[in-house]
Amino acid sequence: MSIYLNKDSKIIVQGMTGGMGSKHTTLMIEAGSNIVGGVNARKAGTTVELGGQELPVYGSVKEAMAETGADVSVVFVPPAFTKDACLEAIDAGIGLLVVITEGVPVQDTAEVWSYLQGPTNHGGTRMIGPNCPGIITPEESLAGITPHTIAGKGPIGLVSKSGTLTYQMMYELKDHGFSTAIGIGGDPIVGTTHIDALAAFEADPDTKAIVMIGEIGGDAEERAAAYIKDHVTKPVVGYVAGFTAPEGKTMGHAGAIVSGSSGTAIAKKEALEAVGVKVGKTPSETAELMREILQGL
Amino acid sequence: MEYQAKELFAKHGVVTTLGVVAETAEAAKAAAEELGGVTVIKAQVKAGGRGKAGGVKIAKTADEAFEHASNILGMEIKGLEVKRVLVTPATPPEEEYYFSFLLDRSNRQYLCIASVEGGVEIEEVAKTNPDAVKKIPIDPGAGVDAAKAREIATEAKFPEPVFEQAVTMIEALYTVFVEEDATLVEVNPLARLAGDKLEALDGKVSLDDNASEVRHPDHEAFVIKDETDPLEAKAKAKGLNYVKLDGQVGIIGNGAGLVMSTLDVVAYAGEAHGGVKPANFLDIGGGANAQVMADGLDVIIHDEQVKAVFVNVFGGITACDEVANGIKGALEILGDEATKPIVVRLDGNSVEEGRRILDELDHPLVTQVPTMDGAADKAAELANA
Repeated sequence: MSIYLNKDSKIIVQGMTGGMGSKHTTLMIEAGSNIVGGVNARKAGTTVELGGQELPVYGSVKEAMAETGADVSVVFVPPAFTKDACLEAIDAGIGLLVVITEGVPVQDTAEVWSYLQGPTNHGGTRMIGPNCPGIITPEESLAGITPHTIAGKGPIGLVSKSGTLTYQMMYELKDHGFSTAIGIGGDPIVGTTHIDALAAFEADPDTKAIVMIGEIGGDAEERAAAYIKDHVTKPVVGYVAGFTAPEGKTMGHAGAIVSGSSGTAIAKKEALEAVGVKVGKTPSETAELMREILQGL
Repeated sequence: MEYQAKELFAKHGVVTTLGVVAETAEAAKAAAEELGGVTVIKAQVKAGGRGKAGGVKIAKTADEAFEHASNILGMEIKGLEVKRVLVTPATPPEEEYYFSFLLDRSNRQYLCIASVEGGVEIEEVAKTNPDAVKKIPIDPGAGVDAAKAREIATEAKFPEPVFEQAVTMIEALYTVFVEEDATLVEVNPLARLAGDKLEALDGKVSLDDNASEVRHPDHEAFVIKDETDPLEAKAKAKGLNYVKLDGQVGIIGNGAGLVMSTLDVVAYAGEAHGGVKPANFLDIGGGANAQVMADGLDVIIHDEQVKAVFVNVFGGITACDEVANGIKGALEILGDEATKPIVVRLDGNSVEEGRRILDELDHPLVTQVPTMDGAADKAAELANA
C-alpha cells in the first residue's frame, strides 16, 4: 500500500516533449513508472522515444485518457501555460494531477483551486503542487522528479514543502525506507496540503510513522498540528526550516516569507510540539528522532 | 511605494490624486508652487508608520514645502533612507475608511477587508471593535463584478452619499488586483472629502513576482534600484536567487528548503564558534554548472563580511560530479580573487565521483566534509578564525 500513487498508476505527461518533460519522463521510466503517453496538441499522432520506450503523443488529456486509461498526469509545461494545462486535465477528469512547474502566478493557482472546488471538478481530481517535486512510492511508481535511487520501500510516510529537503530526509533514513514521499510544494497556494497527506498516511496500513517537513511562511504547519491532535494516531516527527530567516525576505520559495509575527519557524515548532510531535533542530536530528520511534514500534 | 500604488490606481480608474514626486527640496518647492494652496509632503519608503516617524508634513506655503522636504529627505524610517517625497494637494478628509483585496493563502481564495470606521487606525479598530471590520471572501473563479461590488459596499455599510462611488471604486480596485496580479491592494485611508467625494488618499500594492516574470514586463520599472542591496543587485543581474543577511559564513546550496535548513544548521554551529552567523541565502537550483557556481562564489567572496564559504549540495537531479566540476571551474575563473576558505559537503547522486574530483584538485582553499552538520561546524570554525 501507499498513498495516491502505486504500481498500477498509469501516467501521462503534459509537456513531455519539452526539455524538462523529456528528461524527467526518462527518469520516471527508470524508476519503474508506467508512463503511457504524453500530451502536446501540436505533435498529436507522433511518437517519442524515451527511456527505451516508444511513447504516443496525444492531442488532449481527454484523448490520452480515452486511449490509455491514464489516471495520473504530471505537468511540466511552462508557467504561462500551466493554468490552462491544469484546467484541461481537470475537465478530462484525471484522478491525480501533479504540477511540477515552478513560477506559476499565484492568481492562476487560485483560479485552478477554485475550479477544483466546484461542480467543474466532476472527476474528483486531486492536485499536488505546483512548484513541487511530486510524489514517489518507492519501487512502484514516481510521478515527479524525486530521484528514485535515494531510498527504497519502508514504513515511513513523508510530506514536505521542499524538494531538496525531501531528498535529504530520504537519504538520512534510507536504512528504513518509505511507503510514499510527497512534496507538496512551496507556493502560497498548493493543491494538496500537509493535512491531506497526514490523513492519507493515517489511513494507509503500510505507513507506520510520518515525517512532516515544513518551512517558514503561512500557517499550514500550525493547522497541521491542530489536525494531528484530533485525527492522527501514528507517531509524527517534524522538521521546520528557516529559524534564521529575517522578516520580510522571501527565501527562495514564493511562499517562504515571514510577515510580521506570523509564519515564523519557532511558532510552527511550538505548535507541533504542543500536540506531541517531536521536532528536530536539523535534518539529521529529525532522522534520529524517527529512528528512535521506529525502534520502539 | 505610495506613488507607485497610486500610478496603478489611476491606470485602472481608481479615483486618486497622483501628486508630484520630488527627489530634492527645490523640486518639492516647485511642485508646491505649481499645485498652489496647502500641500502635504510625504516620505516615500516601503514602510508603514511614516506619519508617526515624522515623514508626513503639511505645508501652507511653497517655502514651508521646501523646509519640510529638506528635513524629510535623508531621514531614516524603519532603517530605510528617504530618497524622495510625494507632494500632493492637502485634502483634509471628513471621514476615513479602510479597504483592501488580498490573497488569503490559508483559505486558498481572495479576501476583501473593509471598514467604514477608521482608516489609518484600522488595526486599533480591529482590536476594539472587530465587528466594524468586514471580511468578505472572494471566489477567484467568480471574481468581483458590479453586482458583487454592490454586495461588498452594502456589507461594508458605505454611507448613502458615497455609496455609488464606493461600488465603482471597489470594481476598479479589483481590476487593479487581477490585472496587475497583486497579492495585496490596499487603500488606507479611503477618504470622504468635502462635497462627498470619495478618493484613495494613500495606498499600497504588493505584486506577485511569478506573475511579473510571466506576463508583466512593465513591473520591472517598479523596482527601486537604490533601495536594493548592491550585492543583491549584482546577484539579480546574474539571475541568482540571493538574499543578503548579516553574518560571516557565505552559503551556497541547491534547493530553497535545503538552503534555508543550511542557514539554520550554520547558525547552530556558530554558537560554538564565537557566534558566527550565515551571511546570505543563495540557491543555485538544479543546474549547478561551473558558470553558475562561479557567479555565486563571485557574489559571496565580494561580501566583505564573509570569512568562510559553505557549499552544501545534495545531488538529487543535480549530479555531484557536475557540482565538483563547477567548483573547480569557478576557482579557475576567479583565480587570485578567490581568497576565502571553502567548505564543501557533497552527498547523493554521483557523490563518489564528485568527491574524487575535489580530492584530485587538492586546492588549498577547499576542505571537504562528508556530513551537513560536520561541514557547518567546520565552516563556522573557519569563519571565526
